[in-house]
Amino acid sequence: MDSTMSRASTAAPSRAPQLQDMRALIAAGKRRQVMFAALGLFCTTIALLTLMAAFLDLLIDGLPRLSIDFLTNFPSRRATEAGILSAWVGSALVMLVTMFAGVPLGIGAAVYLEEYAKKSWITDIIEINVTNLAGVPSIVYGLLALGLFVYQFGFGQSVLSAGLTLALLILPIVIVATREALRAVPGHMREAAYALGATRWQMISGHLLPYSAGGIMTGVIIGMARAIGETAPIITIGALTFIAFLPGSPITSAPPFINFDWLFAEFTVLPIQMFNWVSRPDKAFQLNAAAAGVILLVMTLAMNACAIYIRYQVRKKIKW
Amino acid sequence: MVSTPAPEVASAEPKGGPLPPIKTEARDLSFYYGSFQALKNLNMPIYQHRVTALIGPSGCGKSTFLRCFNRMHDLYPNNRYEGEIRLLPDDVNLLAKSVDPIEVRMRIGMVFQKPNPFPKTIYENVAYGLRVRGLSSKAMLDDKIEQALRAAALWDEAKDRLQDLAFNLSGGQQQRLCIARALATDPELLLFDEPTSALDPIATASIEELMAGLKEKVTILVVTHNMQQAARVSDYTAYMYLGELMEFGETDQIFIKPKRKETEDYITGRFG
Repeated sequence: MDSTMSRASTAAPSRAPQLQDMRALIAAGKRRQVMFAALGLFCTTIALLTLMAAFLDLLIDGLPRLSIDFLTNFPSRRATEAGILSAWVGSALVMLVTMFAGVPLGIGAAVYLEEYAKKSWITDIIEINVTNLAGVPSIVYGLLALGLFVYQFGFGQSVLSAGLTLALLILPIVIVATREALRAVPGHMREAAYALGATRWQMISGHLLPYSAGGIMTGVIIGMARAIGETAPIITIGALTFIAFLPGSPITSAPPFINFDWLFAEFTVLPIQMFNWVSRPDKAFQLNAAAAGVILLVMTLAMNACAIYIRYQVRKKIKW
Repeated sequence: MVSTPAPEVASAEPKGGPLPPIKTEARDLSFYYGSFQALKNLNMPIYQHRVTALIGPSGCGKSTFLRCFNRMHDLYPNNRYEGEIRLLPDDVNLLAKSVDPIEVRMRIGMVFQKPNPFPKTIYENVAYGLRVRGLSSKAMLDDKIEQALRAAALWDEAKDRLQDLAFNLSGGQQQRLCIARALATDPELLLFDEPTSALDPIATASIEELMAGLKEKVTILVVTHNMQQAARVSDYTAYMYLGELMEFGETDQIFIKPKRKETEDYITGRFG
């Protein structure tokens, strides 16, 4: 409007007064922008420093104890001879069960909710429940598992019970992450597949899942990274704190080469081993706990690094 | 030739010679998004091996009409068709409940507004429709993919980079890839939903040229915002307004001597 009017008159009036106001406005805006940036930087620094301090503290205490022996020794009455063999093997086996149980279940549920279920008040309720499940305290899962897996199903205080418990724990994380990843695939990709005559399952398996694999894997690994540090539900179902043996090997030399006895073995996990050592009065055991903490942190960070790498690899190949 | 009761609007009248055979035909077609009626009682033939253009202002229902032909509306809830779309010579009603929409989409191809190749290789993009149809022999796939890429005028540019990711192609090449992807499955009817609206003028010209050549093989129905495009590529043109078919006829007749005032106003730019 303004410009057409000024063009119509022969000499446009000078805009100098407005220009000054405009510049003052821009300067004020920029000041606020700088202030907010500084505030943001401050918050980031606090968060990072806390993390670094915690890690360094562990590292300083634990580093002298870190050695191959520490990884290959069973726990012992003597702090200097104690190691975390049974703990990290237990953690690894529990994670294996968690992954095989939780991931297919979570992805399956998410695909169903996102792609198959007709939107209705029932799916709305399920959706709210799934989201809320992510916020349920983990000890509640422990209580549920104690009743269901340990006693009702008779799995006992075993790797299987623990793995299934943690699978329940990561289920909402996997479901939510998978649904987000599926939703991020644009509608025109779905339509392109359908227009070529694909069935729903062909569209999901050939397009949706591969394209959202990065997001799904990220969710899975973040879930697993949370599960590996969980202590409360594992204690609730009755993991032992002192284990001086390993569960049977999953792979055997004699046919059928696969052995599932380890599923029902008693076990301990890294956080419980840590908890056990921390609660001892002897300072030497506290150092062991710190060393175990370093291992646990490294495992978690490694998993997160994996998630980032996979996401990067998948996204590199995908562009809409 | 037109077996439906004559619509209120002018029907196609040949300037000379008989009309080409009808490939598909809308009969009393209405369509509803929930309770909103988007298409109102359309009757229109689509002639075999001809390009038919759908024009009209935004929201007139031309894309909605196009997407009825491959039952795209079935993907979303609360959509409802009334009436029929007959596909000849088999004379099946594509909209019948007994006809599987997947079968319809196997027979009728579609090219979208925005080039939407899959984030896969060029080869796999063209192969997808064939794989869905159960073709797995490498030699057959290779052969069909070459034919489709040649038909889409992309072979020369793509033959040395079939294993490249499709998004490395330019926008116009991507759209030709999407055309090749649809052609590979040998469709009876090919739907274009504003295929050049996301492309620059040079890419647009190459797609238009392609469409003109493709009608030897396949019947084409194209939605376009661009009236010059309709005039350039189509043999028949339908003007739609507010979900109704206002006028249908040979493109020359529609653009030179429209029978209705509304059509003339739209074509001359006085409206829309």
